[in-house]
Amino acid sequence: MITAGIDVGAKTIKLVLLEDGRNLAQRIAPAGFDTGSALDQLWAEVLAAAGGIRRDGIACVVATGAGRKEVAGADDLVTEVGAAAKGACFLFPTARTVIDVGAEEGRAVRCGDHGKVEDFAVNEKCAAGAGTFTEAMARALEVGVEELGRMSLRASKTVPMNAQCTVFAESEVVSLLHAKTPKEDISRAVHDAIASRITSMVRKVGFQKDVTLVGGMARNPGFIDSMQRALETEVLVPAEPEFVGALGAALIAAERVNERA
Amino acid sequence: MAVEYWRWKEYNWHDPELDPRAAQVLSGGVDVGSVSSQAVIMADGKLYAYSNMRTGSDSPESARKAMEWALEGTGLAIPDVHFVVGTGYGRVNVPFAQRAITEIACHARGANFMYGPVVRTVLDMGGQDCKAIHCDDKGKVQAFLMNDKCAAGTGRGMEVMADLLSVPIEEVGSLSLSVDEEPPPVSSTCVVFAKSEASGLMRAGWPKNRVLAAYCSAMAHRVCSLLDRIGMEKEFAITGGIGKNAGVVSRLEKELGVKALKTDMDSQIAGALGAALFGRVLYVKSKE
Amino acid sequence: MLANFGYKDGSGDFFITVDTDGCVKCADHPCIAACPAGVLEIIVDDYDDTVCAVKDGHRKRIKYSCAPCKPATGRPELRCVAACPAAALAHSW
Repeated sequence: MITAGIDVGAKTIKLVLLEDGRNLAQRIAPAGFDTGSALDQLWAEVLAAAGGIRRDGIACVVATGAGRKEVAGADDLVTEVGAAAKGACFLFPTARTVIDVGAEEGRAVRCGDHGKVEDFAVNEKCAAGAGTFTEAMARALEVGVEELGRMSLRASKTVPMNAQCTVFAESEVVSLLHAKTPKEDISRAVHDAIASRITSMVRKVGFQKDVTLVGGMARNPGFIDSMQRALETEVLVPAEPEFVGALGAALIAAERVNERA
Repeated sequence: MAVEYWRWKEYNWHDPELDPRAAQVLSGGVDVGSVSSQAVIMADGKLYAYSNMRTGSDSPESARKAMEWALEGTGLAIPDVHFVVGTGYGRVNVPFAQRAITEIACHARGANFMYGPVVRTVLDMGGQDCKAIHCDDKGKVQAFLMNDKCAAGTGRGMEVMADLLSVPIEEVGSLSLSVDEEPPPVSSTCVVFAKSEASGLMRAGWPKNRVLAAYCSAMAHRVCSLLDRIGMEKEFAITGGIGKNAGVVSRLEKELGVKALKTDMDSQIAGALGAALFGRVLYVKSKE
Repeated sequence: MLANFGYKDGSGDFFITVDTDGCVKCADHPCIAACPAGVLEIIVDDYDDTVCAVKDGHRKRIKYSCAPCKPATGRPELRCVAACPAAALAHSW
């Protein structure tokens, strides 16, 4: 039985094709303005990569993400909270706290076995609480986001960051640069700032081990490091964290099919 | 050198008819904000001189420059002013001030002077913050809130948009009003998201004035919701740089269903003016 | 005077309101010690009243500062609000 999970995020769309718990193929593409055509393109690529499977050979399609309502042909919709928990617990069966940070939203989910959601907190509609923040700071420092992350690991000291808003933080970063603060230290301050905000949200749900970090931001080694220091615990990070939501959706799709049967 | 679209004009002024040497009390107020600084000198409670300039990287230096610029051409120097009150973001950094008072109290007092004792609700849209203040007929604060955490609803947010569209900030208001039909607003909750929405609209072929209209509308809505928290009581006045943006003000008035009071004075000096008024009272008290 | 400390951003409205008319009558200000995160302090305001206020460093991050007392579910009574004898403290969230 083949199912598909689609995660329409603020910045990117992810599509995962699953066959009985095995990943057949997955692709990610920029969301752009035209979600419909981006999705069509994504389908074509994924089906081809899976060895020429046909669209009608898919038993169930579940969509998640901020733009899930725009997905044509979805059999069901699920929230990002449920999808992230399902996907993370599939990859790490010992996971009990899932921290999912994307481009525009961050969420903390406490869950039980098999990703059953027990409690959650969401940080939304403020760029300072998600990936957009680090991107903007990377631009201000004139480096790529990946480089920004690696840089923060080479910091020699902690520099406080007062601004709590992405726009004001950009100005603060420029001032720090003028004051000859090393870019590595600024970078660590940037990651510590966002980690502090996310951690505060995680504490609202009361985290339990094992803690896992998913979503696009989990690709950032500086963010992972800052989170581990803020939580004072190690976090589990999947190899491809940005696909966890779509994976969860595909798993839920399989559950739906089994329920129908 | 690239044109800096967000850079508004700086200015100073003094009353050529008034002789400051004839005044009993010369009081001064300096409002050092994170974006702009103003200095006001009053002669026996009458507006004598003022300046408005961009705050530099050093607050005490900006305070000094603002004061000296306001005094330019008057024949006076800072020590000639009997009592100076510092206020604003960097109010504690005015080295020549005898006292520091919060920008909230100073704005209420200044608005009371500029708009009269009828004013009860003051909205100050500054460079990096937004304040909503209730005051009584003497300009004493009854309730306030200040939002300086988030750029939405601040001058900085407007600067981001002006820069994106390459429009000088002083032209934003009138340009936004030149639309035939009001477009739906962009995100009112976050400048970063509004900017990315605006970029999308531009790529979709929206002309600049339409994008600006959408942004001014969003900003007006944002500020309105802030006012909801302390409630709107007439009469209503708007101070701060954005008070000069007709595009935001007119949309705000429409959403509130209330017209803002007008003044011949420069609404951006309200804080410094209030500070100077406090200075006069404090000086007289100190002599008793 | 109703002093609102905090902010509004995309994620919501976060304000702690101090009713200074009630607060000024209090001698001990037990709210200060009641807060586990050290958010509150005593100040002399512009009108020379001794009242409690949110510390400057917390005003722009009050959502995060107060998070320990505001779990996602099962909200207990807030310690600072409960400690105030004049009912002069309120949280908007």
